Amino acid sequence: MTSDHTTTWLFGRLDLSSLPIWQAIQSPAISELIAGAAAMIVIAGAIAVIAFITWLRAWRSLWTDWLTSTDHKRIGIMYCVLALVMMTRGVIEAVLMRAQQADGLSGGFLTPEHFAELFSTHGTIMIFFVAMPLVAGVINYIMPLQIGARDMSFPVMNQISLGLTATGAVLVMSSLVFGKFSTGSWAAYPPYTGLAFNPGPGPDYWIWSVAIAGIGTTLSGINFAVTIYKERAPGMTLFRMPLFCWTVLCTSIIMIFAMPPLTVATLMLAADRYLDFHFFTNDLGGNMMNYVNLFWLFGHPEVYLLVLPAYGIISEVVATFSGKRLYGYTSLVYATMAIAVLSFCVWLHHFFTMGQSANVNIAFGIASMCIAVPTGVKVYDWMATMYRGRIRMTVPMIYVTGFFILFVIGGLTGVILANPTITYQVHNTLFLVAHFHNVIIPGVVFGLLAGIHYWFPKAFGFRLHEGWGRVSALLWIFGFSFAFLPLYVVGLMGMPRRSANFNDPAFEPLMLAALFGAALVLSALAALVIQIWVSVRDRDKLAAPLGDPWNGRTLEWATPSPPPHYNFAVLPQVKDRDDFAAAKANGRAFADTANYGDITMPKNTALGMIICAAATLLGMALVWYIWWLAMLSVLTIVVAFVARTFMLDTTYTIPADEISREHRAWLARVRAASPITRDRETDDVNQGLAVLELPETLKASR
Amino acid sequence: MGYNKAKQFSVLLLTAVILAGCSEQRSSFLDPAGPIAAAQRAHLIEVVGWTMIAVVPVFILVPVMLWRYRYRNTKARYTPDWGYSGWLELVMWGVPFMIVAVLSTKLWFSTKALDPYKPIASDAAPLNVQVVGLDWKWLFIYPDLGIATVNQLAFPAGAPVSLNLTSDTVMQSFMVDALAGQVYAMPGMRTKLHLLADAAGVFKGENVQFSGVGFTEQKFDAVAMTPEAFSEWVARVKSDGVPLDAQTYELLGASSTGAQVYEAIGTNGMPAGVIYFNQVAPDLFKKVIGRYHGGEPVLPANQPGAAGYVWQPLFNGSSK
Repeated sequence: MTSDHTTTWLFGRLDLSSLPIWQAIQSPAISELIAGAAAMIVIAGAIAVIAFITWLRAWRSLWTDWLTSTDHKRIGIMYCVLALVMMTRGVIEAVLMRAQQADGLSGGFLTPEHFAELFSTHGTIMIFFVAMPLVAGVINYIMPLQIGARDMSFPVMNQISLGLTATGAVLVMSSLVFGKFSTGSWAAYPPYTGLAFNPGPGPDYWIWSVAIAGIGTTLSGINFAVTIYKERAPGMTLFRMPLFCWTVLCTSIIMIFAMPPLTVATLMLAADRYLDFHFFTNDLGGNMMNYVNLFWLFGHPEVYLLVLPAYGIISEVVATFSGKRLYGYTSLVYATMAIAVLSFCVWLHHFFTMGQSANVNIAFGIASMCIAVPTGVKVYDWMATMYRGRIRMTVPMIYVTGFFILFVIGGLTGVILANPTITYQVHNTLFLVAHFHNVIIPGVVFGLLAGIHYWFPKAFGFRLHEGWGRVSALLWIFGFSFAFLPLYVVGLMGMPRRSANFNDPAFEPLMLAALFGAALVLSALAALVIQIWVSVRDRDKLAAPLGDPWNGRTLEWATPSPPPHYNFAVLPQVKDRDDFAAAKANGRAFADTANYGDITMPKNTALGMIICAAATLLGMALVWYIWWLAMLSVLTIVVAFVARTFMLDTTYTIPADEISREHRAWLARVRAASPITRDRETDDVNQGLAVLELPETLKASR
Repeated sequence: MGYNKAKQFSVLLLTAVILAGCSEQRSSFLDPAGPIAAAQRAHLIEVVGWTMIAVVPVFILVPVMLWRYRYRNTKARYTPDWGYSGWLELVMWGVPFMIVAVLSTKLWFSTKALDPYKPIASDAAPLNVQVVGLDWKWLFIYPDLGIATVNQLAFPAGAPVSLNLTSDTVMQSFMVDALAGQVYAMPGMRTKLHLLADAAGVFKGENVQFSGVGFTEQKFDAVAMTPEAFSEWVARVKSDGVPLDAQTYELLGASSTGAQVYEAIGTNGMPAGVIYFNQVAPDLFKKVIGRYHGGEPVLPANQPGAAGYVWQPLFNGSSK
């Protein structure tokens, strides 16, 4: 074996020239320098994190309390942390792209190839590694608490889902240091992403990061659905569930049915690229239209997979901060279900322009428009929830207000795009880009941020700083408006999406406005980071350990903050919808009981982390054609699974004594505390215990 | 009456916004130059108008609710347990349903009427043009006239143009905003688009489906001419053009912009960035589609636009 052969055998296609840092040293132009700097940031960031953890001496705690934990709450938090880290990269890429297009009349400062890489990673990251983990994280934390469960049905599988999602994210981040990511956009249409047109590692990075993370999401969907079906507390009938849980149920059904088409499409594309198949090639009977159908058979339900939980959060937030029962609960349940079903009937509207007959377009156009009905009902239901309420404009409510005004614009442009006639004109233009950002940012992101601010005190025992939260929320709202409303106009003027440059001077002022908006969004993200920092610093002042800082209505607020890892000392007996609100009203909240029992909980396991590490190596090995490593990784995964089946001692028991001691200590603190009225809920006095404010008592006190 | 006025006003307003700063090359369907684009704009305005019935109440009621029922307003009624009203449900489901029913009907008829595959009814005979999308340029073949161009689509105003499209590389999307919108062009497949310009003019045409680094350069002028000017143009193409032989087609197939091709084979008789061809193999378009259906692999070396494409004859040219 020659040394060349040995190198190829060891490193596959990976060599010095595939490192952006090396390329930046070789030819230091602006694009190469930015790519090199990005690689440096990833490396420096990794080193900084490792150094910080070492400095904190937190390695053991990180491993035992977090990475090997099977607690749904810890897993939920880790999902959210992953999403926020990835969001930072996604937003920085967005600002770079806005800057490029603001300068697009004179050609911009990035090469077209670098720009293409940016929009491909931005889309992939924002959908798969920001929106999805954020949704999965909030669901993980909140849903079991809301239905009165102690954990997910499959805690270890939950950990594996997180591991596979993290694998995808790590692969995308690795592409900054090793080689290049795809230039084929987040949808990766062949034949452009096929071997003939793009033989490099880029599309392979996309394929493996999305395929592996997608399997994790499918498993999550199964876990969420089974948990809701099987783990509800006694008395928690389906129609007593908080609306958020209904949206989670619909989302998990979508996950189960919509993720497989994506996994299949990516694996078929991989078969084309690696094994000389011809599913989507130009020749030998391949047809890219099949890919486009499969991709959007996933891609459209995906949008509702993301937005339904946001609708759930908005339902909770509006009801709580209006001090009122959710209006039209049953309507909202049926509307959610209707959207989930319809979401599978509309995928073709992503390619009205592919040349199918008018009749096909009509069917899918009308189906798409039908989604506007249940969505409209939801918005009206939330407005009716505010009607005759007592509304507090806290940070979550500011996000929700931004949602109402801006999301309706997204709905309007959605109805416009449902018309094939108009799509022939605005498809593939910035109008489309403006539309989907208009539903994803004010819809999904504002909803999730509202949820994070709402539930943060539950998860950590202290509230997030109110002032910085307001600054961040307003920056998000105005940043979005400046960044995307101008794009509607540019799109109507005919500017194609994914353009690294343009030659129509009329686009220029609107592009500058959009850049300003992007800068505001970046500031919003910075304000969010500052807010978290300030809140952690002032956590003693912001503490609300008693568990109910917002006068909440649902079961998660009936626990201390943060909740014990077994969630409920005694499983709640649910008697009502909004059970905790009802319990507080008739005095059965915070009651002691004699029936403490032993609680059995799952033990920690390293399986998720082993799978994550092996899957990451497998992904890298496949991208770089390092076959020995690929086989070794697969073997590791198989051995890890088999070894796990031999472990019989997977649970441990917490004795009833310990539980009753902890629970009674908390109850004693609740009784000793003084409840506060809602006008003081953002002050330091808010320890998490609420005064009952009913119309009768209010009248009497006046 | 009021509706018509509002409609006129909104049309004017939209057009004014769009046209501020536009060049003489018309580039948006909001400034339509033909019946299809005009109907598409009219449909857009109608959809926006109808949807406003559902949207405007939200814009008004959200601030009203937030102010009227703010926590400190102790005068407002407070009904924490109110959560259902039959009449309200009827309105909430009924109004969006009615709007969607109306819009669906309109969608049905307009989609039928404006189907890009449907020939445009006209007294004038249609002009047939075959469009081949290449990396990163458009080839227009006029099969009945025996000529072809790169990056210029000329046609007589007032007569329908019947386009057949394909791609000899990755998927592309052919768009002329001011006339008809877009349809995909895909390798091994044929799609169709019909358009008509009311009067002479120059309109922007382009590929709007990302297809690689030269994607933003894949633009062309669609030029509507008086019938006389068009005849003159055809004569000019015939006299000033070069033959589109096998070698030239191979050159077009390489990943390059129209300007680069012009540098290679353009002559003084052609406008900048545009190539005129005076001889075209009669079934070139068919061969471009057929190359992917031969049951033989099309290797990257023979695949226009592919990495590692080397020029290979697609057909036996007329001038060897």
